[in-house]
Amino acid sequence: MNRNLILGLILSSLVILAALVSFVWTPYAHTAMNIPQKLQTPNALHWFGTDHFGRDIFSMIMVGARTSIAVALVAVSIGIALGVPLGLLAAARKGSWTDEIVMRSNDLVFAFPSLVIAILITAVFGAGAVNAIIAIGIFNIPVFARITRGAALSLWEREFILAARVAGKSATHISVEHILPNVMNLLIVQGTIQFSLGILAEAGLSYVGLGAQPPTPSWGRMLADAQTMVSFAPHLALIPGMAIILTVLGLNLMGDGLRDLLDPRLRVRRS
Amino acid sequence: MLRYSLKRLLSLIVSLAVASLVIFLVIEVAPGDPASFMLGINAQPDTIAALRAELGLDVPKTERYLNWVSGMVTGDFGISYTYRTPVSTMIGDRMWVSLPLALYALALSTLIAFPAGVYAASRRGKAGDIAVMGATQLGVAVPNFWFAMMMVLIFAINLRWFGAGGFAGWDDGLLVGLHSLTLPAISLALPQAAILARVMRSSLLDIMGEDFMRTARAKGLSRRQALWRHGLRNAMIPVLTIIGLQFSFLIAGSIIIEKVFFLPGLGQLVFQSISSRDLIVVESVVMLLVFAVIVVNFCVDLAYGAVDPRLRSRT
Repeated sequence: MNRNLILGLILSSLVILAALVSFVWTPYAHTAMNIPQKLQTPNALHWFGTDHFGRDIFSMIMVGARTSIAVALVAVSIGIALGVPLGLLAAARKGSWTDEIVMRSNDLVFAFPSLVIAILITAVFGAGAVNAIIAIGIFNIPVFARITRGAALSLWEREFILAARVAGKSATHISVEHILPNVMNLLIVQGTIQFSLGILAEAGLSYVGLGAQPPTPSWGRMLADAQTMVSFAPHLALIPGMAIILTVLGLNLMGDGLRDLLDPRLRVRRS
Repeated sequence: MLRYSLKRLLSLIVSLAVASLVIFLVIEVAPGDPASFMLGINAQPDTIAALRAELGLDVPKTERYLNWVSGMVTGDFGISYTYRTPVSTMIGDRMWVSLPLALYALALSTLIAFPAGVYAASRRGKAGDIAVMGATQLGVAVPNFWFAMMMVLIFAINLRWFGAGGFAGWDDGLLVGLHSLTLPAISLALPQAAILARVMRSSLLDIMGEDFMRTARAKGLSRRQALWRHGLRNAMIPVLTIIGLQFSFLIAGSIIIEKVFFLPGLGQLVFQSISSRDLIVVESVVMLLVFAVIVVNFCVDLAYGAVDPRLRSRT
């Protein structure tokens, strides 16, 4: 196993573990306010210090990991669930109107950055974690559709697919039984990358107030709260920021490592 | 080239038309009537009806859509429900902050990424390459708004080289305006530069292994000459794609960065409009952002044609 993958797995596992443990245990209740203890720097009682309400930052980071992971995971799932079938369909009907419509729709969705989608959704339905999931998820659809189509197109030219066609299998059967398993590696790698981008997007949306709403803790929201206090309590901004960076870095390293592991040709080309 | 450009232009027009329809329909789904919202719960029905007529809300949806689109084409974006001033004026004032910020960041990102990518590619596997790649790996993981907060902490609060926020305007000169936008532009640019540098490096490495590069070396060109005369031009296709894609991220990112630096740009306008349910402003700003992304991608497509003549004949 390569170094990137190991380091990525360690960092990602730590965050996932923190999120899972937060369901059963946190050092303090993440909503518990303790004004006399406010704005403490990291110490033995509060490992990451406390915020302006005296809430324990370590507990908030643990529960915030839950929000980040949940939003990014569901958003990636939306992208895969809708994007992959569309990509397979477009590749199976290469050059047809279906292909053209799918690809042009992809181009159109690409013109709406996830923040713009979030602005539209929020303007209509109000802010919230669910709307953040929808916004990031919609942006993921064309990513997966495009990557699936690209990989599937080259597979359709291969001899084993020709053999399946000669055997009388339908395009749907071939797509599901032969194409999909062969593009799975690519989708796993892209899924990891989109997951890390989802974490960043969720943090950005929460920071501007379009994502998770109080009392649901989120790393982006913690940074927004810290902004006016950064001059006298920089740990309020440093700690959630480091949590985001380490998570995204871990996922990116894992993505790189998985790509090298699953497609050794790329490793040779990149080194 | 003309046929290629016309095809891309047609695609641009269709994309804009469909995007405008999608935005209009999504905003139409919004619950509540803007006129009732503006006048409050005690408003009389006839007053509400009069305001609906004044805002053009009493006509069928198809007509409203066509009015909105034709108005946008002529620069008339309608009247703000909250401020009762033309939306085009409100957007125009804010554009003088947001557009220069996005362009400044794009310029910085390209200026940082190109030398970094070329340097890393020319030192493949050596310490310089590893250092640049390590820095870019970290740069990709850093949220730009957090980086902006750290820049404020270091360069505004501690060193006092820049203001912590606000925009001085362009009236006192270009340099004063640019000075106000420097920290926001760097915050926006660095994470994007990290991505661009990685693409530049890998694109150059791919090109360096090509036969035509070996031929150039065999002709007697040094590695550096071959890289500058033949390598860079051919490595530009994926780099241009990323620059085009980055513009949309920069526009969206500038909305977030404006919040960190309290800049009076489109971001501030759109968030104020969401909270006051000034949907016509939200609708227009979103359309403008999408318009910018689509037009930039169109320009990138044209640039492809100019850089790689094979693409013209393929489409």
